[in-house]
Amino acid sequence: MLRVNGLRIKITAEPGSARNNKTGSWRVERRPEFRQKDCIACRLCILVCPEGIVAGKEKNSFKTDYLYCKGCGLCAAVCPKKDIEMVAEETESEK
Amino acid sequence: MPEHLLSPGHTACAGCGQSLAARLVLDAAGPNTIIVNNTGCLEVFSTTYPDTAWEVPFIHSLFENAAAVASGVEAALRQSGKLAEVRVISQAGDGGTADIGLQALSGMWERGHDILSVCYDNEAYMNTGIQRSGLTPTYTSTSTSPAGQSSTGNPRPKKNIVEIAVAHGIPYVATASAGFPLDLQKKVKKAMAIRGPKFLHVHVPCPLGWRHEPEQTYQIARLAVETGLFPMIEFENGKISGRYLIVKPKPVEDYLKPQGRFRHLFKPAAEAALKEIQELANRNIERYGLLKTAGS
Ligand SMILES: Cc1ncc(C[n+]2csc(CCOP(=O)(O)OP(=O)(O)O)c2C)c(N)n1
Ligand code: SF4
Ligand code: SF4
Ligand code: SF4
Ligand SMILES: [Mg+2]
Repeated sequence: MLRVNGLRIKITAEPGSARNNKTGSWRVERRPEFRQKDCIACRLCILVCPEGIVAGKEKNSFKTDYLYCKGCGLCAAVCPKKDIEMVAEETESEK
Repeated sequence: MPEHLLSPGHTACAGCGQSLAARLVLDAAGPNTIIVNNTGCLEVFSTTYPDTAWEVPFIHSLFENAAAVASGVEAALRQSGKLAEVRVISQAGDGGTADIGLQALSGMWERGHDILSVCYDNEAYMNTGIQRSGLTPTYTSTSTSPAGQSSTGNPRPKKNIVEIAVAHGIPYVATASAGFPLDLQKKVKKAMAIRGPKFLHVHVPCPLGWRHEPEQTYQIARLAVETGLFPMIEFENGKISGRYLIVKPKPVEDYLKPQGRFRHLFKPAAEAALKEIQELANRNIERYGLLKTAGS
């Protein structure tokens, strides 16, 4: 906290505090659905997700975090088994 | 410790190649890293006040001076005997690296600081609205080189920033791409094991400025490499030591066509320009020996 003329100004930030910003609200049209059927655990979806929110270890265990997923579709585009599908976004309350 | 060192909640456009590459770079470098960033999309989308997406110390000062600030950080670490454990990355976009930040960067390389500099090349000044930079390819339509009746886009060639770096006599220079994530991380680890100045030039598609769909980022990055337009090469101590070999180069049209910034090239009047771009890819393949032959 920096004090200037009685004003308190925040000049540092907690590591990773951008998590306060739930970018899942950006999704309007579609979201990825991890089918968890033909997955070979190649990890490519983890590597390419620009939000760093895809997680999983064993085959058919991979999933994303809809709180932050922007619905870019990259994970679905790279999956060699077509095991991630972009589906129509649901209603606001389901996000 | 969090799984990734760049957190979600940042405000990069959906499908941003720079955001995925920056996470891969930092995850490979590890938690004992201090980042100094020039102004640009990466700095802006990762540090929207009052938050930060970085899990490591991060410093931003000006558009042009990250390399100078990073030099000071490195000198302080050296003086206090901490340089063995704590490493420094100086990072910027193409404008921050090859244009406005080049003087500070050249000084940092010339003085021999133990720093990895990373250029995230999205081939224009994206954060301020897609103005052309010294790394914008010839014939790209940008807001300051718009294609139209009397213009086929950017008239100037893309600066060879890789060979500019090599000419400084630094121990490691490499190119990498958002379309080759494991190769990118391997090069970061290799660079971090070398003491002295290192430069990594990373090609990062920008769905907004290149005008392609967000889910095409990975595929377009790969096509740039597979056509020969973005050579993936490594230089150690001034000599080429690694290259991504192409079995059968794809025609440049495969790379250009999905991108709105090249749409004007597919009109009959632009035939000569298209031919020139193909010749550029051929020259790259020749110059860096990128063709996979029976013996290679
Ligand atoms: C001295 C100065 N001039 C201009 C600007 C405005 N500015 C901020 S970011 C930016 C463009 C950055 O382009 P680049 O380095 O390629 O990064 P990108 O945003 O494309 O990732 C500009 C022109 C500035 N901040 N400071
Ligand atoms: S759609 Fe995009 S943001 Fe969402 S999980 Fe897939 S890659 Fe990540
Ligand atoms: S890309 Fe597809 S196959 Fe590979 S880990 Fe992800 S879901 Fe599984
Ligand atoms: S403008 Fe381009 S580089 Fe900037 S955040 Fe958007 S996609 Fe990424
Ligand atoms: Mg740029």
